[in-house]
Amino acid sequence: MKPSPLRVLLLWLLAMLVGGMIAWNSRFSADMSFFLPAEPSAEQQVLIEQIKEGAVSRLLMLAIVGGEAGERAAASRDLRRRLAEQDAFVSIQNGEASHLDQDRDLLLAHRYLLSPAVTPERFTVDGLHAAIGDSIDLLASPAGMLFKPFLTRDPTGELAAMLAGLGSASQPASRDGVWASRDGERAMLLVQTRALGADTDGQEAAILSIRSAFAETRQALGAEGLSLQLSGPGHFAVEARAQIKHEVLLLTSISSLAIIAVLFFIYRSPRLIGLGMLPVLSGALAGIVAVSLTYGTVFGITVGFGAALIGEAVDYSTYYFMQSGRLGLNGWRQRFWPTIRLGVATSLCGFGALLFSGFPGLAQLGLYSLAGVLTAALVTRFVLPHLAGPVAVTNTPRPLIRLMESGLDGLSRLRLPVLLLAVIAAGWLINQRDQLWHPDLSALSTVSEADAQIDGELRADLGAPDSRYLVVVNGADREAALQAAERTGRHLDRLVDAGIIGGYDSPARFLPSRASQDQRRAALPESAVLRQRLAVALVDLPLSAHRLDAFVADVEAARTAPPLSRENLAGSSLALAVDSLMLQRADGWSVLLPLHPRIDGDELSIPAEQVRAALASSDALFIDMKAEFDALYSDYLSEAIRLSLAGVGTVILLLAVSLRSPLRLTGVLLPLLIAVVFVVAGLHLLGQRLHLLHLVGLLLIVAVGSNYALFFDRSASQERPDPETLSSMGVANLTTAIGFGTLALSSVPVLKAIGLTVGPGAILALLLAAMFVPRGTRT
Amino acid sequence: MKKLLTAGLFFALLGQSAWAAFDVGSLMADLARHPGGKAKFVETRFLAVLDKPLKATGEMIYIAPDRLEKRTLTPKPELMILDKDLLTLERDKQKLSINLASQPQALAFVDSIRGTLAGNRAALERNYLLHLSGTREKWVLTMLPREQQMASFVLRIVVSGSGNQMRSIEYLQADGDRSLLTIEPVGGR
Repeated sequence: MKPSPLRVLLLWLLAMLVGGMIAWNSRFSADMSFFLPAEPSAEQQVLIEQIKEGAVSRLLMLAIVGGEAGERAAASRDLRRRLAEQDAFVSIQNGEASHLDQDRDLLLAHRYLLSPAVTPERFTVDGLHAAIGDSIDLLASPAGMLFKPFLTRDPTGELAAMLAGLGSASQPASRDGVWASRDGERAMLLVQTRALGADTDGQEAAILSIRSAFAETRQALGAEGLSLQLSGPGHFAVEARAQIKHEVLLLTSISSLAIIAVLFFIYRSPRLIGLGMLPVLSGALAGIVAVSLTYGTVFGITVGFGAALIGEAVDYSTYYFMQSGRLGLNGWRQRFWPTIRLGVATSLCGFGALLFSGFPGLAQLGLYSLAGVLTAALVTRFVLPHLAGPVAVTNTPRPLIRLMESGLDGLSRLRLPVLLLAVIAAGWLINQRDQLWHPDLSALSTVSEADAQIDGELRADLGAPDSRYLVVVNGADREAALQAAERTGRHLDRLVDAGIIGGYDSPARFLPSRASQDQRRAALPESAVLRQRLAVALVDLPLSAHRLDAFVADVEAARTAPPLSRENLAGSSLALAVDSLMLQRADGWSVLLPLHPRIDGDELSIPAEQVRAALASSDALFIDMKAEFDALYSDYLSEAIRLSLAGVGTVILLLAVSLRSPLRLTGVLLPLLIAVVFVVAGLHLLGQRLHLLHLVGLLLIVAVGSNYALFFDRSASQERPDPETLSSMGVANLTTAIGFGTLALSSVPVLKAIGLTVGPGAILALLLAAMFVPRGTRT
Repeated sequence: MKKLLTAGLFFALLGQSAWAAFDVGSLMADLARHPGGKAKFVETRFLAVLDKPLKATGEMIYIAPDRLEKRTLTPKPELMILDKDLLTLERDKQKLSINLASQPQALAFVDSIRGTLAGNRAALERNYLLHLSGTREKWVLTMLPREQQMASFVLRIVVSGSGNQMRSIEYLQADGDRSLLTIEPVGGR
């Protein structure tokens, strides 16, 4: 049965319509999940949660610059007030004293439930004598004046005991009563958004309201000289998304326009160009639909890859239009289609290998391209002929053909020098192999250098946590999790005493478990008993018992006070600390205990083995975020190497089965190998450090480049390929190189790497195929 | 002969400058030339809340311009290090660090002693009105807080000394408590 053109067209239109609807309803994202592992280990799971919803991912650091110090401080206060009125922010800190006083008052009010020093022994005669004696000694010390006002309420020094546990959690510097940078030239604020780090829309809205609040502040104060700097994970996510959006549009426009220009030069017919773009549009749509249906979310970078897909998918219609004119449709299908089919198959092998990647971004790129190329080829084979009707012979200008033919002959003479050059390049690369690769995941980061620098400065000024080292414990509910945190805390205390770590943070410091609170409450004696013991304990101390009525009253109040809950801390930075260190999950709670390295150590790292050993008996998980990231990247890299080798292996197998001749196989593979060597050498020469996307690019050179070698191989019986083959290959190569080459303009490292590799690689593959595939050998 | 005369003239000029009015500026210049060193101290605190004064003794080491170590030996060993704005206290095994930058009053307090040691007039005048009496050999520098907030904390600081050597520093706090720190340099400079 021969389908009528109308029916084919309608079917195609229907498919496009359905695809368009699916694509329209797809969720597009530009967040970090592109880079995060699809099947994470327990440690990686923590990493992912931290990046997506951890408190650190919701922190925005603000700096007010310009103007006078006084102006900046006033603006900081005004901005804080404006932001505090909005629901989008969980907390806004700028170091205003009222805020610090609030924290201190909370600690003081709940000190007998909070202080780890509260034990039954502390309230015996001996314990009171020792504790009060210490407090009096502390008065004689330089820090005494900080504690003197509280001596009669807190003679056992619980406030000092709590503060000592906090260690030197560094506070930012201060100017005119608000936080400032170390050099005093910026007023600093720390904002926590309600929106999760992974919620890019929420982050964008929050950042917009900060900017508009700052504009109001500036106007209200008449301080035109001030400006706002902003950084943080949310800011990076928003920037990255905007950048990718912008680039997707730009890159696909450049690539389409350039390709249309090339096609116009060849066809000089808008109708043919329109028809030629048909498989491309179908392919791009099919790619998005396939990704959307499979993964639920389409990454912006994947769509950006469309620019390359255009160049690759347009090849099939190019072959059809340029080759079928003289032979007619059936002749083309007999003579050329098998070769094109093999080319499509090798391309599919290349893209298909990526499907098995645990790096979700890579797997998406693979699926997108696979679906795109396959659809473009099928549309060319089965739809395009019905719509296009008989194609007129495309006459390649004679001079151009002569040029190509003489070029071809010239190329053949270069075989030996090129081979020699390839051997030299390969030797050089082997020699340089240790410097070829970029060592870590930062190679793939979209954060610009300028942004990264501002981020580093603000982070250092605020002493914002970079939480490289974390211990994670879990519990079925909040209480169980807090108890687990306290148990682990006791292990960590020993590490602090042993000088292995400098300190650690724990939410249990500000919100102890009920069990601990009950224990501490039970340690407090009744008023009458306490008075009796005090009388004995104070005998040889310079403090009279009658001055300590406030103390006795406070202890009595603490004995009957309700337990301390999260609500008691609301609005303070203690609440912020508790919230940021506790994560609620579907199956319970997790507590994060960030570890701090010793300050006096030469390097700011923690001996991981000793910490692991100390925690071995518990179910606490120790995580070094940097090590996890490095491990993640090296996993990706070794996986990419395996996949690329598997992809190349499949391509070779496919070619071997189709060509059925070791000699022909060698003839097809040699130019590809040399192209890969030249591209790697070229990149290294240009100072590009290779990362895993370059590797993927090399795989694509083999997968895509083999198409050209196959055409030369098919024409091996002739002295030269016929003009149609030659010129169609030239055009197809040019459009492919334009498509991939456009990606090299991208500032997104993932796309840029593929562009830099495949763009030149495709052209080299063609030239080298012309050079090395044997000709005139078979009859 | 001529050489002697020149030298005599030189010393006369030098003497002349020594006789010039002794003011805050010249005291500060003297103090700024102090290279730092080690001293013994005795600190006595008179606190209303306590029945008898607290006495502490130990050593101080000053390294110009902004590091001060105060090592208390009695009644209880304690080490205080002030390095720029970071105040670190070590008692027993505990270590407490406070960044004074976030505590303006404490910083003003610390500036009184640090500013005097370093001869940093600007730092002192930022928080205090200065009044100098006495001679270069025996001077008394009185500091009165400029701001109400600070005055509710410390009423007056009196530093006395001779030449470029600080001898004592006395704090009179708003609540009537008082502390007196006397300093005795050890060894040569």
